[in-house]
Amino acid sequence: MTGQTKTVAVLRYRPEQDEAPVWQEYQVPYGDDTSVLAALNYIKDELDGTLSFRWSCRQAICGSCGMMIGGKPQLACKAFLRDYPERVTVEALAHFPIERDLVVVMDGFIDKLQKVKPYLIPREMRALEDGEYLQTPEEMDLYAQFAGCINCGLCYAACPQVGLNPDFLGPGAIALLHRYNLDSRDGGQAERMEMINAELGVFNCTAVGYCSEVCPKMVDPANAVNVNKMNSARDYFFRFLRPAPKQGGCR
Amino acid sequence: MSDQLKRSNEPVFWLLFGAGGMLAALIGAALVFVLVFAVPLGLMPEAALSYGAARAFAQHWLAKAFLFVVVSLFFWHAVHRIFHSLHDIGVHAGRGARVLVYGSALAGTVAAAFALALIGG
Ligand code: FES
Repeated sequence: MTGQTKTVAVLRYRPEQDEAPVWQEYQVPYGDDTSVLAALNYIKDELDGTLSFRWSCRQAICGSCGMMIGGKPQLACKAFLRDYPERVTVEALAHFPIERDLVVVMDGFIDKLQKVKPYLIPREMRALEDGEYLQTPEEMDLYAQFAGCINCGLCYAACPQVGLNPDFLGPGAIALLHRYNLDSRDGGQAERMEMINAELGVFNCTAVGYCSEVCPKMVDPANAVNVNKMNSARDYFFRFLRPAPKQGGCR
Repeated sequence: MSDQLKRSNEPVFWLLFGAGGMLAALIGAALVFVLVFAVPLGLMPEAALSYGAARAFAQHWLAKAFLFVVVSLFFWHAVHRIFHSLHDIGVHAGRGARVLVYGSALAGTVAAAFALALIGG
């Protein structure tokens, strides 16, 4: 700590007393290593115990501390007060309903994750005595990048099309869907294509690309979405001929 | 939500949009340069754009095919972009606007085909 303080402006919403969200400012002592999450914890412990926010790991892996920091979707544990000159604004994640203060309702997002069947649907059933489903490093490389998602929701807050149409499957769920479609052990592509092709599917995307920019785990959801536009177009015209081959991996 | 699960017809328009965009990227800038700068500023001979030269060019079947593809795909690219930009700025145009927007691209395509056919070989 340097003894200096910085202003942290938090958009508060307490449904029992606030009709609409209101800004509240706090003065927080900070040092070079003070994260926004640390600042929020300082506020909660020392200044105002009524402030609500989600967090767990403090190291960008649990995905629970997503919020708008300085107007950008970020993980509070991965953003630092030192990067904001005098004042930093903290708001609930955009495009999600606010439950309370910085806590948002994730139900719609979880619903979408479930819709894409984010689990292996074995290509061929193997008996126990046949042993494991083997995969080469090259085969794993094809999808590994997309497996880094921590479901933090930042890409949904970044996506203007999610904001316009909350039913849009969205970047994260499509990246996850793509991760399983690209897996050599998986045979569920045909089932999942239904979501890609649907009105709530990939064609809601207008290739803005901000989703990939804000991703804290270097996943490239924009790539997953756009590769699947081609897959969907192929499926649209050739659906009566043959199943589409697996392709479109990206490291 | 359930009717959102029905298959989207967007691939048709998206492919036309994509093809037009690719063409625009490849030759759009060159077209603007030639028509807006090079000839008016005298960097290229004026005769290059004379009626006779343009007509002679358009009489070859290959040039016809080229002109048809360029004109029609630019139309499809533009209307798709306009339609989605309207959505982006909060004008959620419905079926009527869709028909109007894509219909104008279709009209442009038909008009281009007609005009080229009229030029003769
Ligand atoms: S607290 Fe776990 S990602 Fe920030």
